[in-house]
Amino acid sequence: MKTEPIICVDKLSRRFGDFTAVDQISFSVERGEIFGFLGANGAGKTTAIRMLTGLLRPSAGEGKVAGFDIYQETESIKKNIGYMSQAFSLYTNLTVWENIEFFAGIYGMQFRDIHQKGKVLVQQLGMENMASSLVADIPMGWRQKLAFSVAIIHQPKLVFLDEPTGGVDPITRRQFWDLIYEATSSGITAFVTTHYMDEVEYFDRVSIMVDGRIAAMDSPSGLKDIYNVRSMDEVFYQVARNQSPLS
Amino acid sequence: MKRFNAILWKEFRHVFRDSKTMLMLFGLPVIQILLFGFALSHEIKKAPILVVDQAVNASSHKIIEKFRANEQFELVNLARNIDEIKAEFFKGRIQMAVVIPVDFEASHYASEPAEIQLIADASNPNIATNLVRFAAGIIREIEREWSPQNRTSIAIRTETSMIYNPDMSSATTFVPGLIALILLLVCVLMTSVSIVREKEQGHMEVLLVSPMHPVTFVLAKATPYLALSLINLGVILAMSIWILHIPIAGSMVLLFIVSMLLILTALALGLWISTVTRTQETAMMFALLGMLLPTLLFTGFMFPIENMPVALQYFSFLVPSRWYYSMANDIMIKGLGFGAVWKEILILGGMTILLLGLSIRGFKHRLI
Repeated sequence: MKTEPIICVDKLSRRFGDFTAVDQISFSVERGEIFGFLGANGAGKTTAIRMLTGLLRPSAGEGKVAGFDIYQETESIKKNIGYMSQAFSLYTNLTVWENIEFFAGIYGMQFRDIHQKGKVLVQQLGMENMASSLVADIPMGWRQKLAFSVAIIHQPKLVFLDEPTGGVDPITRRQFWDLIYEATSSGITAFVTTHYMDEVEYFDRVSIMVDGRIAAMDSPSGLKDIYNVRSMDEVFYQVARNQSPLS
Repeated sequence: MKRFNAILWKEFRHVFRDSKTMLMLFGLPVIQILLFGFALSHEIKKAPILVVDQAVNASSHKIIEKFRANEQFELVNLARNIDEIKAEFFKGRIQMAVVIPVDFEASHYASEPAEIQLIADASNPNIATNLVRFAAGIIREIEREWSPQNRTSIAIRTETSMIYNPDMSSATTFVPGLIALILLLVCVLMTSVSIVREKEQGHMEVLLVSPMHPVTFVLAKATPYLALSLINLGVILAMSIWILHIPIAGSMVLLFIVSMLLILTALALGLWISTVTRTQETAMMFALLGMLLPTLLFTGFMFPIENMPVALQYFSFLVPSRWYYSMANDIMIKGLGFGAVWKEILILGGMTILLLGLSIRGFKHRLI
């Protein structure tokens, strides 16, 4: 039985004055998918994500996220999504535990739940001995795992990861992806932007935005086939250069 | 409410963990009160005075001797003509002049009291007040010495005039001004910087994507600073009562209510600044330059507003602390009640609502 897609947008546009930041994009993301959302800086990624997360009202088009309308039901959308942007999300002058409390708190979790889930989370991450250290004092890799876990502590259906691995070494990135796989296998959908092309291989499907439009969208291997190249790097380069497939 | 609490506690933790913030919040007011308090109301030693002796007789000589013997005064000149007074004040050589009138001897045994005039330079009102008080003390002493035990007492009336600043503005009234300054600085600076910091460090997006309402966010952000400002207010008032010995003539409750209103205005202002700035530095510049200077210049506790050019007087209407200062002055110094301050309450209330409206309007667009 096919379930309703978690994200489904149709001809979504956003204009700022004369400038069209997002130009009639249409796509859908299935539940449990890891969906890569790529594009050069200024291609319209951020604007698109802001519309999907309910921060920005679209100028035209239709869209549903987690089953809720992106015009009318932004509050319901917000309750059902998680969001992590780089490692900034955490407060560095609060402790690990205080960060967990805070983010669970702004998602409206009950005190008792926060306590229970927080404990489990700290255990799962193996951070028992760091729980009361300031985030500023723990290594980057740990921060990032914590940031991700905190972003999904309220068990959202969908999590937006905006360049989650920026400035992190390859080994830590690898471990981080294990966490994402774990989350998606339990049914959470991950909507990811990244600048690292090697990471794109982890994605189920990838879309590449150029000048506000989705210029290409397929699985990583499918894209490599279409453009007849060996790496995602080359795919990205060709798409961003606005070249049509060679076939 | 859970979301409100989450932000509230986070904010308190930020404040208490950052020693710089703590120092600024609580150190600043204490230092300012002490500095202003003791710098402005220092004790008097060897204050230069001029005695104009128009009587030139035994009694006037005794009085001159008394002043000469006193440690608090230094008699720099003895004149016979009152024209000397102006000249000496102009040269800045004296702080007070004592005038003994021609008929001094004649009248002091009569039924009418004798008169001595004290003229003090009130451009530094605290010193002037103290000088006059000491001088009056000396004259009382003379009165007592001259009154034979079983006969009718001799009365010497002292007639005081303050020149250069006749209404003695800022005498003990720097305290209300200081309260205004500290509350505004702390509230405006803290709220604006703490909100802009969320933007600058990239937390704002995460917060906005959460299901928390922006109004909850703003209220929870402002509450800690409201609480801390109230503590500050208490500390300042306690210090001015018990350390500087400045009495509060009017209702303490009313004083707290109007101070609370100023705090709200300041929080609204801080909020508005945070919607129009993007970095902590800009917010700080806005808050400091936009608040500190106008508050110092146009509140009236440093420079009397009545003496300013008309254009600047109109400008001072825009400065919230001006209205607060006038209220606090009425309540603390003059002991007046609600009837005297309702206009200012309305004006400050209006400013607060206007600023809140502006912030809410600019909020959703500029918050990110």
